Amino acid sequence: MAGTALRGRLTWRVATVSAVREETQTARTLVLDVPDWPGHLAGQHVDVRLTAPDGYRAMRSYSIASAWPSSPAGGAKVDLTVEQVPDGEVSPYLGQVIGVGDPLEIRGPVGGWFVWRPEQPGPIQLIGGGSGMVPLMAILRAAELAGRQPDVRLLYSVRRPESVLYAGELARSKSEIAFAYTREGPAGERIGRIDAEVLARSAWSPDVGATVYVCGPTPFVETVADLLVAAGHDPAQVRTERFGPSGGGR
Amino acid sequence: MSTYLDGNAAAGALREVFAVDITSASARCGGCGQTGVFAEVRLYVDAPGLVARCPGCDAVLMRVVKTDTDTYLDLQGLSYLKLPNG
Ligand SMILES: Cc1cc2nc3c(=O)[nH]c(=O)nc-3n(C[C@H](O)[C@H](O)[C@H](O)COP(=O)(O)OP(=O)(O)OC[C@H]3O[C@@H](n4cnc5c(N)ncnc54)[C@H](O)[C@@H]3O)c2cc1C
Ligand SMILES: [Zn+2]
Repeated sequence: MAGTALRGRLTWRVATVSAVREETQTARTLVLDVPDWPGHLAGQHVDVRLTAPDGYRAMRSYSIASAWPSSPAGGAKVDLTVEQVPDGEVSPYLGQVIGVGDPLEIRGPVGGWFVWRPEQPGPIQLIGGGSGMVPLMAILRAAELAGRQPDVRLLYSVRRPESVLYAGELARSKSEIAFAYTREGPAGERIGRIDAEVLARSAWSPDVGATVYVCGPTPFVETVADLLVAAGHDPAQVRTERFGPSGGGR
Repeated sequence: MSTYLDGNAAAGALREVFAVDITSASARCGGCGQTGVFAEVRLYVDAPGLVARCPGCDAVLMRVVKTDTDTYLDLQGLSYLKLPNG
């Protein structure tokens, strides 16, 4: 490994919650102060570990919502946005119990594939379902910091307008943003899941050569990835990340 | 969990073992020969440890089991992992 310093073993760090932002009725953002944070790429995640008094441990992954090094919205911090899964083991603790000043064990940043780098050429298509919006928000923020707003299109599948994460910031964004409401929507809006027609209307067309990032519950990701390939997108340009087992969260 | 995640979710566990990110490496299945980015494999996390399966033929590509003292890494199902230098 001459010339390349071997990176240190990944270690657990104790972060401190420095602020909490309510995003929706069921989701909130934890702003973390992390000692010696090395920085991260948009799209990366951390693993979070909770330890009970009897030593029992639970570990889950959470995407980083903030861009790095800093953004007017995100600050030079690590933001995690947690959507509560009813009866979940970890998310209700992060979503309701933990508060400002509390410690949280994390390791990361990790993941080198579902990421966007500022030097990456070409347009960006983001397609998110439910909490799958979180890493896409980091990409949107990073692209805005790099002045790449016109390159970015976002298609965001949500149950209803109240479920939209980062609603205020998205409303101010200069990127092109479309919503697919699956249960209820504003008057006159189509209600339904993303299909070929919605993709054709709202997403970059395949000949633009955009890198496509799809994130959400496993069945959502599967459906959207199949639709993209059927529409003519190069499978090598479609990057996916699955968040969980059920179809929930949309 | 009855369904699966993908290789992205193993990034933390694999960075405990390898000095570099494996999720962006290309992996070739020893069973059917399909080659793809490790991030796109099917990852099952409800087994003891992590089990990565080929999205093409469902063969087990990799198993990671951690005990208090050791980490077992079974890579039998992979014919190779290709990593960029540097
Ligand atoms: C790479 C990666 C990044 C992630 N990033 C985020 C993020 O930024 N924000 C976020 O809120 N979550 C994220 N998740 C999901 C997160 O890791 C947990 O799975 C989720 O918070 C539920 O954990 P829990 O312990 O509360 O539920 P569990 O106790 O694990 O599960 C309780 C019940 O909910 C179901 N369930 C579990 N996970 C989900 C899910 N994601 N959606 C719907 N149903 C589920 C289970 O099948 C079970 O029936 C990410 C997952 C991965 C793999
Ligand atoms: Zn195979």
